[in-house]
Amino acid sequence: MDTDQLIRTLAADNAHQSRPVGLVLMLALLAAAPVSLLMFFSELGIRPDVMTAMRNPFFDLKFAVTLALAISATAVSLHLSRPEASLRGFGWWLLVPAGILVAGISGEMMMPQRTPMMTRLVGKNSMACMTAIPEMALPLLAAALYGLRQGAPARPAVAGAVAGLLSAGLAATVYASHCTDDSPLFVATWYTIATALVAAIGALVGAKVLRY
Amino acid sequence: MREREDEWTGLMRSAIAGDSAAYHRLLKAVTPVLRAAARRGLARAGQPVDQSEDIVQDILLAVHLKRHTWDANAPFAPWLFAIARNKLIDALRRRGRRIFVNIDDFAEVLPGEAAEETASAGEVAAQLQTLPARQRDVLQSIAVDNASIKDTAAKFSMTEGAVRVALHRGLSSLTAKLRDR
Repeated sequence: MDTDQLIRTLAADNAHQSRPVGLVLMLALLAAAPVSLLMFFSELGIRPDVMTAMRNPFFDLKFAVTLALAISATAVSLHLSRPEASLRGFGWWLLVPAGILVAGISGEMMMPQRTPMMTRLVGKNSMACMTAIPEMALPLLAAALYGLRQGAPARPAVAGAVAGLLSAGLAATVYASHCTDDSPLFVATWYTIATALVAAIGALVGAKVLRY
Repeated sequence: MREREDEWTGLMRSAIAGDSAAYHRLLKAVTPVLRAAARRGLARAGQPVDQSEDIVQDILLAVHLKRHTWDANAPFAPWLFAIARNKLIDALRRRGRRIFVNIDDFAEVLPGEAAEETASAGEVAAQLQTLPARQRDVLQSIAVDNASIKDTAAKFSMTEGAVRVALHRGLSSLTAKLRDR
């Protein structure tokens, strides 16, 4: 086929307009959310003392961190879905959740504590945290990758990793309502490990499926 | 150069608003620039430049299928060159080379550079043969026989809507086959 013929064919297809990446991403995440929620409610469920826990600022802080991660990773992944985009000037968004977490840790340090630091860090739910967050994140990760496939990321592995952060952030938001460990030290350790795991999966899969 | 790029941006805006003729003109206008850049990239990598047309067609297909990722408020050229660069790197990597592609390969083409006649390439044509019969027939009718969507619909007793769907699906799977080969 010569190039003029190809151009003519492409022009004939001009009427076909694809949906914006952001819209497809949102719809895909909405479709996957019930799967993750089903996993959550059938295996974990919200902690029974949630009403009292909500009066603890460190319980609330967990949601601030995980939601900040989910929101900033969504913004960054949409940015990265464009062919000419790079992380430069945009990557700092991902530091927002880390900043909130650091503020939380310093806040906790300044308060008198009944339990020693290591006990708070190790917590009681580290294994559950490290398995539940990645498990609940996987359906969301698949959805995020599907959505981002509509885009044209210059660096598929990086975009995949950010999709991993996005889905881990959402999964961790749900998980946080189950977990009774509220210390920011626990969050900084185990949530981070779980999130890094999902980001690594996202990078590996993204490198394959996000090429255009 | 600046004028040329402003013209491209204007054409692409019209194209997205539904003007197929503007879209056709835009693709015709960018092709010589893409071709010159693909040749330069191949030459620099010590590869035969006669493969450049495969790369040009690869780029055009990607531009077409990803044009919704272009922000209509931004200039068109940087977006185009980003896609072109990506496809050129892909093509060189597939030929077993790790090459540094300079973005200026695209930008430095002078407006007066010989606008070459159209050229043939083998890879798109070869993958076309592997498509489902319906998609292949529709693509061939429009590409090779220069038939309109309406004429193609009449020829194969399809509705125009079905022709449009087959056309778009054909182009999408063609691109997927080229990518995953």
